Amino acid sequence: MARLHVMERSHAQAVMDDLHDALGRRLAARSLAPCPVEFTAALVNMCATQSCGKCTPCRVGLKALADLLEEVLANRATLETIDLIEKTANTIYLSSDCAIGYEAGSMALMAVRGFRDDFEHHVREHACGFEQNERVPCVAGCPANVDIPGYISLVEAGRYADAVRLIRKDNPLPVVCGRVCEHPCEMHCRRGIVDDPLNILALKRYATDHMEHDYRPNMAEPTGKKVAVIGGGPAGISCAYYLALMGHKVKIFEQRKHLGGMLRYGIPSYRLPREDLEAEIQWILDCGIDVELECSIDGAGLEQLRRDYDAVYLAIGAHSDKKLGLEGEDAQGVVSAVQMLRAIGDGEMPDFSGERVVVIGGGNVAMDVARSSVRLGAEKVIIAYRRRICDMTAQDAEIAGAEAEGCQIMELNAPVRIETTDDGRVAGVVVQPQIIGAPRRGRPAPRAAAAPEQLIACDRVIVAIGQDIDSATFENIGIPCKWGRIVTDTEGAVAGFDGVYSGGDCQTGPATVIRAINAGKVAAANIDRHLGFDHNIELDVELPPVQFKGKRLCGRCELKERDAAERISDFEMAEIGLTEEEAHQEASRCLRCDHFGFGAFRGGRNFQW
Amino acid sequence: MVKLIIDDREVEVPEHTTILDAAASVGIKIPTLCYLRDLNEVGACRVCVVEIEGIDQLVAACNNYVLDGMVVRTNSNKARIARKTNVEFLLSQHDSECTSCTRSGNCSLQSLANDLGITDLPFSKHLEGFKSDPSFPLIRNNDKCIKCLRCIQICEKVQGTGVWDLTSRASHTVVNVAGGKKLSETDCALCGQCITHCPTGALRARDDTERVFDALADPDKICLVQIAPAVRTSWSESLGLPREEATVERLATALRMMGFDYVFDTNFSADLTIMEEGSELLERIKKAGEPGGENIKFPMFTSCCPGWIRYVKSHYPDMLDQVSTSKSPQQMFGAVAKTYYADALGVDPSKIFCVSIMPCVAKKSEAALPTMVGENGDPDVDDVLTVREVDRMVRASHIDATTIEEQKLDQPLGFGTGAAVIFGATGGVMDAALRSAYYLATGENPDPDAFSGVRGLDGWKEKTFDLAGTPLRVAVAHGLGNAHRLIEALRAGEVSYDFVEIMACPGGCVGGGGQPIHDGCELAGERGDVLWGLDAASEVRFSHENPSVKLVYDDYLEHPLSERAEELLHTDHTAWSMPR
Repeated sequence: MARLHVMERSHAQAVMDDLHDALGRRLAARSLAPCPVEFTAALVNMCATQSCGKCTPCRVGLKALADLLEEVLANRATLETIDLIEKTANTIYLSSDCAIGYEAGSMALMAVRGFRDDFEHHVREHACGFEQNERVPCVAGCPANVDIPGYISLVEAGRYADAVRLIRKDNPLPVVCGRVCEHPCEMHCRRGIVDDPLNILALKRYATDHMEHDYRPNMAEPTGKKVAVIGGGPAGISCAYYLALMGHKVKIFEQRKHLGGMLRYGIPSYRLPREDLEAEIQWILDCGIDVELECSIDGAGLEQLRRDYDAVYLAIGAHSDKKLGLEGEDAQGVVSAVQMLRAIGDGEMPDFSGERVVVIGGGNVAMDVARSSVRLGAEKVIIAYRRRICDMTAQDAEIAGAEAEGCQIMELNAPVRIETTDDGRVAGVVVQPQIIGAPRRGRPAPRAAAAPEQLIACDRVIVAIGQDIDSATFENIGIPCKWGRIVTDTEGAVAGFDGVYSGGDCQTGPATVIRAINAGKVAAANIDRHLGFDHNIELDVELPPVQFKGKRLCGRCELKERDAAERISDFEMAEIGLTEEEAHQEASRCLRCDHFGFGAFRGGRNFQW
Repeated sequence: MVKLIIDDREVEVPEHTTILDAAASVGIKIPTLCYLRDLNEVGACRVCVVEIEGIDQLVAACNNYVLDGMVVRTNSNKARIARKTNVEFLLSQHDSECTSCTRSGNCSLQSLANDLGITDLPFSKHLEGFKSDPSFPLIRNNDKCIKCLRCIQICEKVQGTGVWDLTSRASHTVVNVAGGKKLSETDCALCGQCITHCPTGALRARDDTERVFDALADPDKICLVQIAPAVRTSWSESLGLPREEATVERLATALRMMGFDYVFDTNFSADLTIMEEGSELLERIKKAGEPGGENIKFPMFTSCCPGWIRYVKSHYPDMLDQVSTSKSPQQMFGAVAKTYYADALGVDPSKIFCVSIMPCVAKKSEAALPTMVGENGDPDVDDVLTVREVDRMVRASHIDATTIEEQKLDQPLGFGTGAAVIFGATGGVMDAALRSAYYLATGENPDPDAFSGVRGLDGWKEKTFDLAGTPLRVAVAHGLGNAHRLIEALRAGEVSYDFVEIMACPGGCVGGGGQPIHDGCELAGERGDVLWGLDAASEVRFSHENPSVKLVYDDYLEHPLSERAEELLHTDHTAWSMPR
């Protein structure tokens, strides 16, 4: 007998591993259950099957808990059953021997407490009170509810102009979104259950890059109504576009030299080329929208606009910079990301040649300024971040892009103060090394490690720790604000200011382009109704018939990037679009959830809004 | 055109044809269960799955289109096993006590299971155990529900109401009243369309036949029965008698064999309704032109459909004063039977047991309204039977409808004109009302076909007619979804009318929720043609010329809208409430 054996993977283990992968993909794409009680029951049942069977609470308790949950689902439970569920879960949590048991109890406890209302609804009404099953996952995941299966089928059919036309029904900025959208739709893509989610972003970009011809949208008869839009960012532009289609006369008031808001003054042109942005905005303005640039509107100005216009949309974004609050912050050479990107947006390119640059922050904006610094000639770019890289809020692709372009990320280093030279210039950033600890508000929080402070010598510091909203002037005239954000109801209306609507970053706090676009769309619909109309924006593209293709496995085509060594010397688009072959293959992977599954029952398409 | 092969046969069909229709074009009938053309093409039951060469998984034939060169096998072993197994899945959650089910012999699940040769179930049985309130006119038994989703779709898409929904999720998914309410707490119009479109016995109307049998057996009761217009188009459909032989006179024979003392016709009271409702309309028009008349709102709506009354009370309570106060023909008949006719017979009204045969479920709730009672507090109509219930009574009484002779109806309440018989089809009430309104306004009869523009199956029809120099703008809608669109257009000021007929059921009463059920067939058009044919063949085609109506006015009611007519033939729609 040998004393030891080399571990070999059995066939069953290999199958199990494959199925684990499949299960992981499945859970990534779809919630464990569309009902909170079903969710809890599924969770508990799954945990119960993981029990080794040694200990009572885990072996017996989880099964007993599952039985109680079935009582609720089968409409046989009373309110006392819910209390018993809580007590049972708590005992499993308190008395299990290992994490398999106590974490199961803990999750069940969190569920029954967090879903208390839903449990009670089941018991009382014998029905689930949770909102209905999602109809089409990607569309439900898109804040603007863009008809994704629809335009993907048009890309597959080679009808790119129609695809863009369909996108513009819900989102007037397809060129922008084909490049910089955070694509939450992909997280929900049901194709992810099969192999990989569709590359929706890349397909949108392909459509906008390959339109066979331009077109003009259908415009309603002029209504004679006038609407003022304050702020020419994605929310303001979207609102203006749909209001113009509805026949209203719109004028945008923009405080900077150009329209675009954060699209121009926040996103570098290697991610969103200026000429593409300008062309897209011009196409929208050609609907007869007036613009006044370099016109800052304050509280009094808003009151005047209310008198001169039939409605006002307030979409000023979040453009003021957050401060670190550290010693040395006002030294020469310390700038905020907002300041730096704003200057670039107006064409004033700073020169960082030969400089050492430290970027403070871990979001997308931090990556944007770091990568821009590389392009502006910096010799060395260091990103100092107080948490771990995996805790960064920046998208993975942006972090990878920054690293590929030579940016060094110093994770777990919290800035303590900025060292200055005698003449008031930046000499470096002093950081305190951190150790990651227990979670606070959902994310593991860092604390100072038992290690000495360290100086990162540098010539320039860029602070990218977030943006605030310049809402004080409006708050002064009584516009309701909370933490600087303008408060509206779900329709976008500002209470106490009849005819004033607000949305975008200034209402939500810094968020994504697509959320701002939706805010503009929502406001347009509600302003139209406020003005006494009921204009509908309608689907005006005929879609190709759906074809069932059966399950055919095929990986996802990713966007490639220009060689890092080449792209760091210019501000040209870094990502390369799909080839025709790739785009058609990628489009053909769409499972058409608008036609198959729940979409077939509840309707996979909004024909108008 | 698309060319493909289905079960080794070459098929050529236009583009955008479903596999199901393409197969049907060459006589191959792929089994379906949840499918309902245009309404429920959702591929939920997976019974219509077929095999397509080159694709591993099976494809639903009902909602997928054919493609050029496609090779389809509708009954390959793969498809056959999947189809059978899916039916077995459904049966594992189905109460298969077919012997005591109203749909036995007329159940799509039952015939499918039989056709597929399912003799033993490999799966254990799980029944949900939910049954709704058995005293409500519409009853749901979820142990028979197969979640085909048709009831949700018809209620929402056709009737614009949305009573039903999926109320739980995942493997506990059930169809029930949206939001977990009780049916009686909803705005259900009781149109019964969910019943007639249910493939199984999950939905049915309350059975009231036993009370009728008891009354027939009671020597102290005088049993009267009235037969609604649309009943004569359909009562034989499940009794093996061709439509042309299934006259109301033959039904009268069957009813007398069961023991009814008098067989009358709702057509009589339909003519009476025209007299009252037509006079009411002219009165409103007249008053609107007088000082103080500006408060009279138009259009006036018809009131003979109790589903519509329930709907308007729930959805547009502010418009209730625009609904005619005239009772429906069913209720006018009951009121006359227990007053005038009791007098004529010289009996106490409490001795009379008044039954009506209706193509309708809502009539059951109408007859039970607190406003529909006589002086002694008894209901004017004691029991309402759907056509399906009467058919069951005929069979239970072992009467062979194919061998019985015709017998005349009793008089005077058994006479109706051509104008009355068309009440059962969309546009019929309007057509009949216009014929008499014209006479009442001008003193002359119009051509009885002068108003044929309001007939036909378009969901929302509108016409303007000249009534003694005044243009009368009328509209007709059937199906509550169409009614909703019409009213929304009225409220938005996009249209304006003087008089509007609304019928809750598509096609009118001929498509009623109390009619015999033929899964997948919409028979309203065919049945309606019978009524229009009866009208054309009638000797009397004007309600105001009905001699029985004249007799009742002369002897008892005096004239339309008289004090006694108001008391007996009109009602206060606000005196009872509907959930909103």
